[in-house]
Amino acid sequence: MARIVVDVMLKPEILDPQGKAIANELPRIGLNEFTDVRQGKRFELTVEGEVTEELLAQARKAAEELLSNPVIEDVVNVSALED
Amino acid sequence: MAESLSATEVPLVGDFSQTPSNDSLKDVRVGVITFPGTLDDRDASRAVRAAGGTAVELWHDDADLKNVDAVIIPGGFSYGDYLRAGAIAAKAAVMSKVIDAAQSDNALPVLGICNGFQILTESHLLPGSMIKNDHRKFICRDQILRIDNNETPWTSEFEKGQEIVVPLKNQDGQYVAEQKVLDALEAENRVVFRYVGFNPNGSRNDIAGITNARGNVVGLMPHPEHAIEAGFGPSSSGFGDVDLRGGADGLGIFTSALHNIINVK
Repeated sequence: MARIVVDVMLKPEILDPQGKAIANELPRIGLNEFTDVRQGKRFELTVEGEVTEELLAQARKAAEELLSNPVIEDVVNVSALED
Repeated sequence: MAESLSATEVPLVGDFSQTPSNDSLKDVRVGVITFPGTLDDRDASRAVRAAGGTAVELWHDDADLKNVDAVIIPGGFSYGDYLRAGAIAAKAAVMSKVIDAAQSDNALPVLGICNGFQILTESHLLPGSMIKNDHRKFICRDQILRIDNNETPWTSEFEKGQEIVVPLKNQDGQYVAEQKVLDALEAENRVVFRYVGFNPNGSRNDIAGITNARGNVVGLMPHPEHAIEAGFGPSSSGFGDVDLRGGADGLGIFTSALHNIINVK
């Protein structure tokens, strides 16, 4: 079994309230160097056998049609997960 | 109209004496979809009955629409808002039928409320998307809306520019779209409802609800189905003492649709 990773981020111009909330918390644990936080989503798609180009193409289709909403999000990575 | 509600549903405060009765509206069948996690399906069905029509229950995996004349996609948290609000529901079996019917020659009237609006954008029946409120909190309040388009089947009984007050309650209510989409919505008079006085979630252009190019599909964040009975909705003034004879501003959404459909039948 192998896995394909899909990373989805909110578009840069879309407000990320969760990221903002996290950024506000960081100073409370003594970390003051991070000026901004953006929170994204990581999906791991498990397949039988090896990751092929065909399976990567299917993962990209999944990423574009279900895992992300192109109005507000960008698919920033679709790749085989190196174990 | 009171007869169309069962005994346990007759309100305690409301005054129905002013409501015209029209038995012919009973022939109008309005489907109300229930997904796992839908919350406001009973209120939406009740609003259809209060308006004089017949509510038809539709289930998320129904493969047909049971000959309904219109469909309401109610609010709630379908599939727990997993992935994105409305994203999973948009792929449900019943939604493929709704999408086909909305885009067919018959142009089935479809109304999406709150999570239903989110489902309509995720289904690509309406443009744009909803993201978290700009203030990052859930919000629940009585909200003034202005009817900016009274040419849809869901708003035809309102005056253009008329203001109504209905409840608003959401977490992901901030309407966003590309600037060119916003420009097109404005130019084509497709903003149906606009927030007045206070923008509760940071929505672009104070947009509370929009329609598609054909005008048969309407989505809005606030909840007209919670403001259909005198004495149980928000004060129609939106300010000051609650008006016990008011609070039914949302009913016109449902009577508009029923009258439009009966006129076409």
